Amino acid sequence: MMKRLFFFLCALLSVFRVPAQVTSDVAIADGLRSSGMIYVVVGVMVIIFIGLLFYLYSMDKRISKIEKIKSSKN
Amino acid sequence: MRRNWWKILASLLLIYSIIAGLLLEVPRLPILHETIRNLYFHVPMWFTMIILYLISVIYSIKYLASGDEKHDLLAVEMVNTGIIFGFLGLATGMIWANYTWGAPWPNDPKLNSAAISTLMYLAYVVLRGALDEEQKRARISAVYNIFSFPVMIVLLFILPRMTDSLHPGNGGNPGFNSYDLDSGMRLVFYPAVLAWILVGVWIANLKYRLRLIENNSK
Repeated sequence: MMKRLFFFLCALLSVFRVPAQVTSDVAIADGLRSSGMIYVVVGVMVIIFIGLLFYLYSMDKRISKIEKIKSSKN
Repeated sequence: MRRNWWKILASLLLIYSIIAGLLLEVPRLPILHETIRNLYFHVPMWFTMIILYLISVIYSIKYLASGDEKHDLLAVEMVNTGIIFGFLGLATGMIWANYTWGAPWPNDPKLNSAAISTLMYLAYVVLRGALDEEQKRARISAVYNIFSFPVMIVLLFILPRMTDSLHPGNGGNPGFNSYDLDSGMRLVFYPAVLAWILVGVWIANLKYRLRLIENNSK
């Protein structure tokens, strides 16, 4: 299962396109990206979401545990 | 592990959608600029809400056929979680509207319909709170739920398209007309939608199980 998941993710990531040089006068945050600072924000968001998902998972685990205790009592 | 694979999939896709959603190239469009990336975060909220409401309707129908209390509880928790996603959709949309349309709530048909449909589901919660007898509550709210789903679909997807709406996907906005064609954005958008739907179902499932435990310990 995990293997299949891993390959699925690799397949997803492999389609990252190399950014084409587009010259346009529409303002977009190139400066931020080239100086690397956007990665800080991405890092912060990834940490927050990993934390939240982990929290959700641990709640799931605890509910499963209570369900087990309850079913063994009945 | 075997039964939880979709939770791991949801987590991985969500993380992917954040990284790729913030860093990948997006079309350069006037008015929108970087806010075009909101497509990856704002729109999945609504998709998740609709799917949760849809699952709820399915369980309401099942309840009417079976009379099984579990089906009723599942229907309720799906709606409860769906309402949260609806509010997240409204709030994220308002921030975006403030910077692209100049006001958080221009009286746009799409926005007003979204607000009405959210109120309609809040009324479902109120209706349940007003009825004491369990079987009666389950039956009446199941019928209400089945009727409000098609009304919500009409409000969100049909009425706004019959008039001119500012909202992307409905008319006048020059910015979003071409995003449909951008396959690069789909690469992030679809995984993001799937990830949020799975996370929504996950949360609703936890709430359902908690409620089962609560009911059993009464």
